[in-house]
Amino acid sequence: MTILAARGIRKSYGGREAVAGIDLELVRGECFGLLGPNGAGKTTTLRMLLGLVVPDAGTITLLDHPVPRAAREGRIRVGVVPQVDNLDPDFTVRENLTVYARYFGLPAARIAERLPGLLEFAALEARADSRIQELSGGMKRRLVLARALVNDPDLIFLDEPTTGLDPQARHQMWEKLRALLRQGKTILLTTHFMDEAERLCDRLKIIDHGRTLAEGSPRALIDEHIEPEVVEVYGEGVEEWLERDGARLCARAELHGETAFCYVREAAALVENLRGLPRLRFLHRRANLEDVFLRLTGREMRE
Amino acid sequence: MRLSRAWIAVWRRNYLVWRKLAAESVLGNIVEPLFYLVGFGMGFGSLVPEVDGVRYIAYLAGGTICYSTMMSASFEALYSGFSRMHVQRTWEAILNAPVSLEDVVFAEWIWAASKSFLSGMAVLAVALALGLGRSGTMVLIVPVAFLIGLCFSGLGLVMTAMAKSYDFFMYWFTLAITPMMLLCGVFYPIANMPGWLQALAQALPLTHGIALGRPLLLGRWPDAPLLHVAVLLAYGVAGFALAMRLFRRRLMA
Repeated sequence: MTILAARGIRKSYGGREAVAGIDLELVRGECFGLLGPNGAGKTTTLRMLLGLVVPDAGTITLLDHPVPRAAREGRIRVGVVPQVDNLDPDFTVRENLTVYARYFGLPAARIAERLPGLLEFAALEARADSRIQELSGGMKRRLVLARALVNDPDLIFLDEPTTGLDPQARHQMWEKLRALLRQGKTILLTTHFMDEAERLCDRLKIIDHGRTLAEGSPRALIDEHIEPEVVEVYGEGVEEWLERDGARLCARAELHGETAFCYVREAAALVENLRGLPRLRFLHRRANLEDVFLRLTGREMRE
Repeated sequence: MRLSRAWIAVWRRNYLVWRKLAAESVLGNIVEPLFYLVGFGMGFGSLVPEVDGVRYIAYLAGGTICYSTMMSASFEALYSGFSRMHVQRTWEAILNAPVSLEDVVFAEWIWAASKSFLSGMAVLAVALALGLGRSGTMVLIVPVAFLIGLCFSGLGLVMTAMAKSYDFFMYWFTLAITPMMLLCGVFYPIANMPGWLQALAQALPLTHGIALGRPLLLGRWPDAPLLHVAVLLAYGVAGFALAMRLFRRRLMA
């Protein structure tokens, strides 16, 4: 059952196409990842889906409401975790949740009823009357997530939910998101972290320059675009090694800076060869989503 | 316009923040005009026998109510509004809920007017405490102060919609607010100025606020009250409408 659909959405800024025709369809209960380098068009896409930016072309249906025309009606059943924390610094944890719930038109009694559950979910019961400045980065992020749940939404937008968090806080955030998926919520997630996308998402879309490059489950994308095993080789003489042995032993290889990335079906022969060359260091691993991402979007820096 | 009842929730958010700081805020609203009136009114007033048939301090009080309301509305719409829109990203958070930009900007307009209205009322209270108010017409200063607040918060939001940083607001304060303070009859009658300055003053909204507020405080009925109400309302509504267009272009494009 479709919960969010977009067809051919486009948006230009001063002649530059930020989003150049993207289709998107989310099914109820899934976690869908929207991936892409900085400036790929992720945030503009999210803003169009929420009805906060008017597309130049295309159609959007958010929970059965046409967007942007009836975006407000659509957003009644949506929660949003923005990229940058925009909690109210003048308010306590409890006040942040209460005030935000009023924007959804919830009556005071209903808000009071929902508050304990939200505080518990965010593990902030003991900090309910703390000011925002007293919270750690992880606590703030959990509060932003709890705030996105005040209206008990069917669909949750998360724009880079774990950027800037330490590993403990990231793992905790993933646990929270899994709990929401178990409750039957639908999630649309953007992220820079491929391990995050691989862990959480049922389906992914990789975009760049406002266009879709690939779409599918993490496993299917890896199988489709990358050999199953990767050996990264670095150290003195890596270039010569690549010409001499690497080219022969790798299905595909690329040199980036001082590191050779070797993609192979079966790494045994390659590893055997490298064991005999103590001046080179290597890392043998399974292919992952980051390999797919870099293959599709290139390795050059985006600023 | 996509205005809904959600604007009330946004107004309440600003009110709740204000209430937390209300003690300091009210103190400032009362103490500053008190010194103003006492210092200027008695110090400068000792040089001036009477203006318009009343003591100078009584003459000054009506102007000060209007001037304080203008200042308060401008500060709220410019600095605090910009902080909520840009620095704290409060609007961004609100707009993710089922609240439209129209709701948010309308709430800001009414809120800045409400807050400045309270400033005006604080000065009125000071004037009453000093025994400067007379008769029942004074009650009508209440709606007049709100109207002045609407006027200057509407105009102020235009500046906020165009601002890249707080520095931009210096233009508004030096080129609009300060000239109005000096030219619109807060301290002295406009009638004493040269003709061309009087014509300029007549085009400025504060003049019309004072033309209503001062006589009402002194127990007189203002001349041409509907004209003054219309000018204040026109500036406020035009300011709000223009600000709305600019915000839409800035935030929704």
